[in-house]
Formats: sequence, structure tokens, C-alpha cells
Amino acid sequence: MDLTNEKIVEMYKVMKRIREFETNASRLFAEGSIPGFVHLYLGEEAVATGVCSSMNEDDYITSTHRGHGHIIAKGGETKYMMAELFGKETGYCKGKGGSMHIADATKGILGANGIVGAGHNIAVGAGLSAKYRESGQVVACFFGDGSTNQGTFHESINLASIWKLPVVFVCENNLYGISMSQARHQAIQDVADRAVAYNIPGIVVDGNDIFAVYEAATEAVARARSGQGPTLIECKTYRHKGHFEGDPTTYRPSDEVQEWMAKDPLPRAVAYLMDNEIISEEELRKIDAEIVKEIEEAIKFAEDSPVPSLESIVQDIYTDIVEEVR
Amino acid sequence: MKTMSMMEAIREAMNKRMREDKNVLLFGEDVGAFGGCFGVSAGMFDEFGPERVRDTPISEGVIIGTAVGAAATGLRPIAELMFIDFATVGADQLVNQAAKMRYMFGGKITLPMVVRLPLGAGISAAAQHSQSLEAWMAHIPGLKVVYPSTPADAYGLLLQSIDDENPVIFLEHKVLYGASGEVDENMAPIRFGVGDVKREGSDVTIVATGKMVHEALAAAEKLSEEGIEAEVFDPRTLYPFDKEGLLKSLEKTNKVVIATEENKRGSFAGEISAIIAEDGFDYLDGPVLRVCAMNTPVPFSPVLEQYYIPSADDIVKAVKKMF
Repeated sequence: MDLTNEKIVEMYKVMKRIREFETNASRLFAEGSIPGFVHLYLGEEAVATGVCSSMNEDDYITSTHRGHGHIIAKGGETKYMMAELFGKETGYCKGKGGSMHIADATKGILGANGIVGAGHNIAVGAGLSAKYRESGQVVACFFGDGSTNQGTFHESINLASIWKLPVVFVCENNLYGISMSQARHQAIQDVADRAVAYNIPGIVVDGNDIFAVYEAATEAVARARSGQGPTLIECKTYRHKGHFEGDPTTYRPSDEVQEWMAKDPLPRAVAYLMDNEIISEEELRKIDAEIVKEIEEAIKFAEDSPVPSLESIVQDIYTDIVEEVR
Repeated sequence: MKTMSMMEAIREAMNKRMREDKNVLLFGEDVGAFGGCFGVSAGMFDEFGPERVRDTPISEGVIIGTAVGAAATGLRPIAELMFIDFATVGADQLVNQAAKMRYMFGGKITLPMVVRLPLGAGISAAAQHSQSLEAWMAHIPGLKVVYPSTPADAYGLLLQSIDDENPVIFLEHKVLYGASGEVDENMAPIRFGVGDVKREGSDVTIVATGKMVHEALAAAEKLSEEGIEAEVFDPRTLYPFDKEGLLKSLEKTNKVVIATEENKRGSFAGEISAIIAEDGFDYLDGPVLRVCAMNTPVPFSPVLEQYYIPSADDIVKAVKKMF
């Protein structure tokens, strides 16, 4: 794996940024500053980071209801994200979308998505577009194990396969579709087995190992970019929190939780940095402090931002029609 | 001017834009060499090739979703479903994705996409291939809904649909595919929200959409023989809707019948009558009457199906109640 130390440090920063953002989102939700639902990416940081680090800035991603990590990894700015979580006018979506609908088309982020499995289809459309325009772009489609039982999983991978579209399907198998364990929601252990049905590569990786994810994604991205079509990468991972904030997670056995907490991708990445003397402890503390400060500033930005004007409710539905207010 | 069928007009509008703009492409089930379920895209595969006229598997969700993703990333896709009834299979992509993305993303994305949906009864296709579901479409903020009744309108409205920066539902009544009319191929696109008076009259306004426009015109001829002059108003687009055009007609006639092929319950005809009740009440000197299909699934047997579909005689009967 040809990773420069500089790149490794960048990847660590992304993981740390997600961790810090989500930890604060959890706190702010509990405190009542964030309305609605939040689905946190804590524990899965290595997946988004490993995949997006293998992509270019103009490549595309589609995301899920658990999207904060993907958006940060693809270059989304935390202050606009936090403002959106707060429902503020300065948020990515002007307060009209919230946690589940953050998008930034300028960075190829085609949106988090509140419908499980919906991103698969949109990813195929972006893949067709990239291929048709001969732009050389690729698409990473993130989704959980729960969504692999939706029809969209089948129809989108099938279409991407027959049209040889540049799409990398990234399954974040966190072992649960909401409260239903994978063992109960499907009769297979590896979602990647399903790749056989589409005659595409299906790869299983340790989703808590940033380098394993990066390596698999790099190969899949190269394959997609060179016109050989899609790959299905299954990243075995685990969410540290429930499906949504407030979920009591009584459905998860405590020994399983402990086992997976021991595999937390963040300490593993730190250990790699230290063991290989990529950065000093002092440098690490400095990086961490900068990220803590960035998120503090993002929260301050969100707190200080105005709420949307009531008139804005009728804007942004169409490009050329503003609806009447009541 | 050229005489064309509705089907040819739709095809020629697509051809025109595809010749002008490489980013316009068509995909759907059997739209390629096969020429489409009803033959609408016949010959297009030969002209534009497999990259631009693409057969898809039978996967309505990903057909619409592919249009969403492609439109979000620089193309101007036209997706065809064989029947509007199948939009239920891909409804998430239409209702929750295409229609909502611009709003959810704070206006920071445009989705210039057209979904062409053949609809309507009259060919013994029974309950899953014959519905008129336009009210569902018009109910969803974020979609525009276009429903032409003549080849010229189909041509001009489809040009505008392809040019539009928003998701457009383009409804094609399959019984009208063979209807012929004069089309000016150099015509400007027809703006949305501008209805058309298909027949002038002073005694009653018949608001009609799609195939019912033709039933309304036939009804108007019969009524004329009895001394009642009906004005036939075709809104042409359900959203945006030409309220001013309709009210202008009502101001003149003071009576209105609404004719659509939908099941009456929850129909767009109900929406039109509500618009009239709210903003045109003072023009009326009688009740707003609706002539719609019965509240049944579309039956198969031709006898039952013809009974199901509203006819010119049904419209005549409704109008006569007012005189």
C-alpha cells in the first residue's frame, strides 16, 4: 500500500473529526439543541474515511440516514453541517433538510437520505452520468446491511453491473438493521456473497481497519475508473450507539458490545501512528486539539446563526415557482 | 405545419432536443431497438445509438432513480415507464427523491428530468395497466405535471418539459397516441401553466384533461345542436395550473363541468372544483359538477370498461342538469 505519512495523518484527522463531531452531536441532541432524529456514525469512522480517501474531490457519493461520517469524509464542512443539525438558516440546506438530508453537490455529495436503500438507485444514475460524459468520475454508494434487503439493492447493482458503471457499492455491515440482527434479517453471513449474483467482485474487509478499507476501496475505485464496472465491498463494523440517539439498544448483548468496543477504529489508528512513529505524541495532541477547536467553532457558528425566515418555507421547491404562503 | 400523430409528436420533440443537446438521453423498458412498448421511440435507437437510447431491465425504481442521479450530475434524462401504474413500483424515487431533493438540499441542486408515463383506459388492459393517477402526481410538491390532449400540445409541452430545470411528469393517454393533428415543428416550447380554450362558447365551461378534452369537444357539438354553446378549457398542465385562464372562462359562462378520466374520489377534478369554489364562487350560478370515472378499479371486459370511462354523453347529461 503506497500511503505517504502525510496521507495517513490526513486520514486520521478525518476519523478524528467525525468522532468529535458525532460525540458532540450526541451531547447536543441530549441537551435538546438538535431537533428531530440523529443517527450517529460513531464506531464506523474507518469506513467512510477509508473509502473517501481513495477518491478524488470531484467523485460522487450517496449516503444514508447515518450520513455525517460520509459527508465529513468527502469534505463537507462541519460548521454548515452543525448549523443544519440545529435547523439554522446557515446550514447546508438552509434548515430545510436536517441531519438526514445534508448534501453538497460542489463536493460530489449527492445527499444523505432518509429512505433506506434509496441511495443505491441515485448512485447508479450518477454512475451513468459519469460514464456517459466520459468524465472519469466514480461514485461510492454507502449503505447499511439493513438496506441490502430492499429491492433497490438488487435492481441497482444489477443495472450497474450490466452497464459496467463506475460505482463502488460499500456495505457498512454494522450487524443490525435497526433492532434486527443480521442473523435474523438475512440467511447469509457475508453480504459480499451476493456479488456472485451480479458477476462482480464481492470483498469482505475489516471495516474498523482504516487501511484495509482504504486498500479495498482503492482497488475498487481503480476498477470502476478503468471501465470494468462495480464492486461490492462489505465492511464489517459496529455502531457504538443505537440506531438513533435515544435508542436503548437492549437488543444487543453486552459481550458483543464489549468485543466491538475493543475493536474501536480510532485507538487502532492512533496505535498505528505511534507504533510506526509517523507522528509524535505531541503532534497528535496538537492535531486533536485543533479538531476539538474546529468542532467547538462549528457549534458556536450553529448556535449564533439565525433561524430560517418564515418566508423561506415556500422557496427552493422549484427553480422557477415560489408557492403561496398560507 | 406537418400532420402528425400524438405518438409522432412526442417522438419528434425528443428527437429535436436529442439532436440539439448531447446531454439529453432516453431510457426505459424496451425503448431501444424494440421501439418502446407502444412504439413511441421507434427509430430513435437507430439514430442515437445504444448509449443515448437505453434499454433497462424491468426495474421501475432504478429507472426513475437513474434519472434522478443523472439529472443531479449534469444530464437531462427522459425516463419512460410503460404504464403509469408501474410508477407505484418506483414511487419512492419519484415522491421522496426526485420531488424532494431540491427542497431538502436548500435549493442547491437542480433536477432537469422528465418521466414519461402512459396512462388511461380504453384498451382492455384492466386494473393494473389503465389507471389515471394524475392526482397523485399533482399532489406532490416538487413535481410538475403535464397532460397534453393534442399532438401540437404534446410537441410544445414536451420541448418545455425537457428544457425545464425541475422534475416533470409527462402524461400520455395511450388511446390518444394515434390521434392526429397539425404540428409546427418550429414552434416555441409551450409555457407551463397556460391553458388552452379548445372551443369557444358562452353558456357553460367544460374543463377537461387528456382524452376527456375530445369527449368534451364531442359533447359540445351535441349541445350546440340544442342551442347550448360550451367552452372547452384544457389546462394542459395540472401543475402549475392556469387558474386565471379558467376563471376568465367562468366569468363569461357562469357554469362549469369538470371532466377527467380519474376515479372521482380524491381526483384532480376535485382540486379544480376546490379552486373554483375558493376563487370563482361569485362567477357561478349553479353547482360545480364533475364527470369522472366511477370509483372502481378499471374493469377488463370492453362492455364494462366503456361503461367505466366517462363519455361525451355523460358530459352532455351533466351540462343539461344546469339548463
